Amino acid sequence: MTSPTNGLRCRECGRLFGPEALYICEWCFGPLEVVYDYDAVASRVSRARIAAGPPSIWRYADLLPADPVGAVDLGAGYTPLIRADRLAAELGLGELWLKDDTRNPTGSFKDRVTSVALTRARALGFKVAACASTGNLANSVAAHAARAGMECYVFVPADLERTKITTTAVFGARVVAIDGVYDEVNRLCAEIADERDDWAFVNINLRAYYAEGSKTLAFEIGEQLGWELPDHVVVPIASGSLLTKIDKGFGELGRVGLVDADRQVRISGAQAAGCAPVARALADGAEVPTPVRPDTIAKSLAIGSPADGEAALRAVRSSSGSIAAATDAEIIEGIRLLARTEGIFAETAGGVTIACLGKLASDGVVRRDERVVACITGTGLKTVEAFADTLGASAVIEPSFDAFTALEESWRNPR
Amino acid sequence: MSIVVRIPSQLRPLTGGKREVVVAASTVREALDDLEAHHPGLKARIVDETGQLRRFVNVFLADRDVRFLDGLDTPVRDGQTLSVVPAISGG
Repeated sequence: MTSPTNGLRCRECGRLFGPEALYICEWCFGPLEVVYDYDAVASRVSRARIAAGPPSIWRYADLLPADPVGAVDLGAGYTPLIRADRLAAELGLGELWLKDDTRNPTGSFKDRVTSVALTRARALGFKVAACASTGNLANSVAAHAARAGMECYVFVPADLERTKITTTAVFGARVVAIDGVYDEVNRLCAEIADERDDWAFVNINLRAYYAEGSKTLAFEIGEQLGWELPDHVVVPIASGSLLTKIDKGFGELGRVGLVDADRQVRISGAQAAGCAPVARALADGAEVPTPVRPDTIAKSLAIGSPADGEAALRAVRSSSGSIAAATDAEIIEGIRLLARTEGIFAETAGGVTIACLGKLASDGVVRRDERVVACITGTGLKTVEAFADTLGASAVIEPSFDAFTALEESWRNPR
Repeated sequence: MSIVVRIPSQLRPLTGGKREVVVAASTVREALDDLEAHHPGLKARIVDETGQLRRFVNVFLADRDVRFLDGLDTPVRDGQTLSVVPAISGG
């Protein structure tokens, strides 16, 4: 565990701050990063120590900014890493693995970040949990707040999938639907967080700690591949935080001696074509993404002004990765392809990842000779309405055997 | 024209703790200049040495991001509200 005296450092101007509920530099508004004493961690951490830990993100507590004792924990993380030969064959790839984060307590990778953020929030004395969310975070914060006995407020765009609202409200959270896109929800929440400083907004004033939870995806991939890093990882991009932290996580595994430190993992991104500011910036050679107004069925990725877009771009460029973008039709096909080849039902963000993986494979960016991991970050059960008009029963028949054989005949000899 | 500027908590030490400041201006740039005239040091926290908005600061005029309008040259109307909000959050 990180010592509570470990503070925060501005990624932009380097100013140092204490271990408080601060998320941006008081001087330049740059993002703050948790400071670790990596030499101290390296002297303590070992593969055996991790293997003896719990089957959750908390097995990596040495590299997380919160105390695992008394953590706000529903069992996030340590999700399966699954070899996907049938999907690999469809996409013309060789060794492909899927990190199945649909298997988290509330069905998405957000449980990783929420567990870290609310553990830290409770240690700092907060009694109220809150977030701005495109849905998955709302579910996760509401569930973990319930577990911790904290009051909970979540703010979401009003056009969110109905299921994500129901599966948040059930935990007793107050769900405030905002008539606007996520970026507007987020901006409102930044103002609210400014005025309600006794609220722990996990992705605003607790953001420096929260984002660190995403590193555990990289830690698990390394451990589950037998403490070897993959050649190439494909990650969906919304705010860009997940991709950035997966990159950081691989780097930390090397830095504390758990894997070969010279191994560079290529990181590629996946965006929806209807909200692709980071993909566009990469294509245009820009350093900073230009914000867009999102229009995509992949609502969990619909962030037009990505807070860590610039950092994600740097991670992709410096690792010789790329970023692809998928249309709504390609997203739907991606979900179906993953489901019928590997038996995993992903939400729209997973469809984006699979569709983009396919594009990057055809473009020769993701190569057949690479060991590839694709991150499937959320379950399809939350976004079934993306299929409302396209998938249903194959046929409706009378309860008679004759009717069934007639149906079989019609399948064999379609008119 | 007089408009209201909403100040984020990080900058309130420069406004004597005030959340809102009324300024006289016809553009966003003039609003920041007037802000600076009354609260020295404030403008440098919002705008960098080259005169551009700092990368991690967003400025909203009547709830619209001025980067989507005409940036610092965006005209302001009497009674509008200008909000200065940290950019890094969410996701």
